[in-house]
Amino acid sequence: MIKSKDKNGSQIDKHYTEQLKERGISRSDFIKFCSVAVATMSMPLSFAAKVAKSITDPARPPVIWLHFQECTGCTETLLRATHPTVDNLVLDMISLDYSETLCAAAGHQVEDALHKSVKANKGKFILVVEGSVPLAEDGIYCKIGGKSALDIIKEIGPQAAATVSIGSCASWGGVQSTYPNPTQATGIGDVYKMNNIKTPVINLPGCPPSPYNLLSTVLYYLTLKKLPKLDKLGRPKFAYSTLVHENCERRPHFDAGRFAEKYGDENHRQGHCLYKIGCKGPETYANCPSINFCDVNTWPVSVGHPCFGCAEQGVGFAKPLHEQADVKLVTPPAGFPNINEEKPGGVTIGAAAVAGVVAGAAITASVATAKKIGETEA
Amino acid sequence: MSNYKPIGGKLLTKPFIVMMALAGIAGILLLQRFLFGLGAVTNLSDGYPWGLWIVYDVLTGTTIACGGYAMALLVYVLNKGKYHPLVRAALMTSMFGYTLAGISIFIDVGRYWQIYNILLPKYVNLNSIMFEVAFCVTTYILVLWMEFTPVFLEKWATPKAKAKMEKIIFIFIAFGVLLPTMHQSSLGTLMVIAGDKLAALWQTGWLPITFLLSALVIGFGMVIFESYYSSVAFKRPLETHLLSKMSKFIGGVLVLYIIFRYGDLIWRGALKDAFAGDVNGWMFIIETILFIIPLIILFKEKLRNNAQYLFWAGVSMVLAGAILRFNTYLVGFSPGPGWHYFPSVSEILITLGIISAEIMAYLVFVKKLPVLPVIEHN
Repeated sequence: MIKSKDKNGSQIDKHYTEQLKERGISRSDFIKFCSVAVATMSMPLSFAAKVAKSITDPARPPVIWLHFQECTGCTETLLRATHPTVDNLVLDMISLDYSETLCAAAGHQVEDALHKSVKANKGKFILVVEGSVPLAEDGIYCKIGGKSALDIIKEIGPQAAATVSIGSCASWGGVQSTYPNPTQATGIGDVYKMNNIKTPVINLPGCPPSPYNLLSTVLYYLTLKKLPKLDKLGRPKFAYSTLVHENCERRPHFDAGRFAEKYGDENHRQGHCLYKIGCKGPETYANCPSINFCDVNTWPVSVGHPCFGCAEQGVGFAKPLHEQADVKLVTPPAGFPNINEEKPGGVTIGAAAVAGVVAGAAITASVATAKKIGETEA
Repeated sequence: MSNYKPIGGKLLTKPFIVMMALAGIAGILLLQRFLFGLGAVTNLSDGYPWGLWIVYDVLTGTTIACGGYAMALLVYVLNKGKYHPLVRAALMTSMFGYTLAGISIFIDVGRYWQIYNILLPKYVNLNSIMFEVAFCVTTYILVLWMEFTPVFLEKWATPKAKAKMEKIIFIFIAFGVLLPTMHQSSLGTLMVIAGDKLAALWQTGWLPITFLLSALVIGFGMVIFESYYSSVAFKRPLETHLLSKMSKFIGGVLVLYIIFRYGDLIWRGALKDAFAGDVNGWMFIIETILFIIPLIILFKEKLRNNAQYLFWAGVSMVLAGAILRFNTYLVGFSPGPGWHYFPSVSEILITLGIISAEIMAYLVFVKKLPVLPVIEHN
């Protein structure tokens, strides 16, 4: 294979470069994409070259994508990403052996492909699960090819190298798990625990989650051959370690006490903080304000809707939309300083008189002491 | 080596009763301050958050209390044992000065119930000068009381306990020299941060060393003042022979101070501001004159050996250092147009009460505890 060396010193498969060209993606666009992905993971830029190399590695890891009880929004967000190459790249750098949404085949044919791939890549494939598993009444609420979601995950889960639970449904049940949760919708991590399945689980909650969080997780795994650091809820730390509130563009308004009180009021129009109309940013961990959505630098809060906490179990789909958030860090003060403080002070006659008396007394005492010293000395 | 003895005598003298009244008034005003907040009692504002209490009670108070530091430096570090008789009284003045400065900070801090947070390790900010000062002053108050324990032990405990204490006291003496060196300079650094808000006559990177050297000058000035004052008040022989010899050393420190202070002013070209004819200029000239008076007295042997002149030199040194601090923190400080500050009557009365409390404590200790040296009858 002919390798060409680019100016960063990374080696990119020439064949792959041609492929990119065919799709109208320039080399610099490709490197730019790698850099964005690397930045999302808070990795040094030099890492981009490594990422580029692993993307172009001909031995692409197989990925099996299962859909359970969900709306396919997560797949949509990935495919609809307007960044020109996201979907192409994610599909080209991995070998997507099975996905109900994207497979051309259907019926028995595709079921067969799934089982073949699982068998052939046992212990090597990445399992991406979208949607929750209903447990009520033996899981009859979600069936594919005559098998319940519970049976499918019990069969395929243990054979995967790792599981990525994409979206809130797969992470912890999502919208279907809202009280009274009639289907007993449950996240993949919990299903694994109940059935004693040891496959590691990475949760990427969000409704939908940012496609870049999935890309970055997959790239991390491809490049370093290990899972990224996870928090105690199994979410990658690079994406879910800070509150939405901390990096929110409206945060200065929160600190200064400028709040929208209702939709469309003067403060709302001015783009002030949405905390008082129920923004859950202060209790939701996600990187939405940092990387935004749809590659056009926007996210719900930018357009005036409060964060509803989709990525946080117990907040999204659980708390009423307009209930005020339980602020995890600094609570807003009861009062705020005025912009123009009063400027009191200045000499009063009384103060000047007292100061004068004190100074006079001190001088008199010193003079008297000096006199006495003179007398003593004499 | 009990060369010290309580001087005895009646406690409730007329001046003592007057001071009790002053302390009582301050007590009532303090009650008002703690019940209704700083605004009810002081003229402090957002422009001048530091007023009389910080500049007099804390800055000048601790500097006047540097007698203990100056004497420890002279007796223990430079090993001039002959001045030992002066040490205890100086140490005691320091102890009271610092303890009351600590109390004053507590009074001056708006949310005093949170003040303990500054010393909690999890909140410690090692880059903060304010923290350095707070930590250093707190530690030094403890060290001063430890340094003073031999006096208590001499009065109430067995000689054995005192001997034990004297074996380890060098540790506290060492800290007693180190700590003021650190925070007296930091008290200057605090205003370096004020930047352009402080007039060029005082704003300089040398503020730390200016404050440290002037603290030594005031410390010695206070030793002179206090020695003479107690001699006259308690009808004891003058200690001119000791003070006069010590003055040569003080003169050296004073010269060093003047070289740094005025060398820096000339080098920065700020000296011309002294003749601008405004308040800053005049206050600077007064400050300068007060530093030059002791310089002349200390370097003329005839004047130096005259008790009255030496007394005035001491008074002048203390005043000069005090005015340097008032100039740096209040007079030369301008937070912006419209801001004014002059202490309110209540503020002045509280400060007076604190000074009274300090003098009362001095009188009680001197009369009841072995602090002043035994009078040698020739």
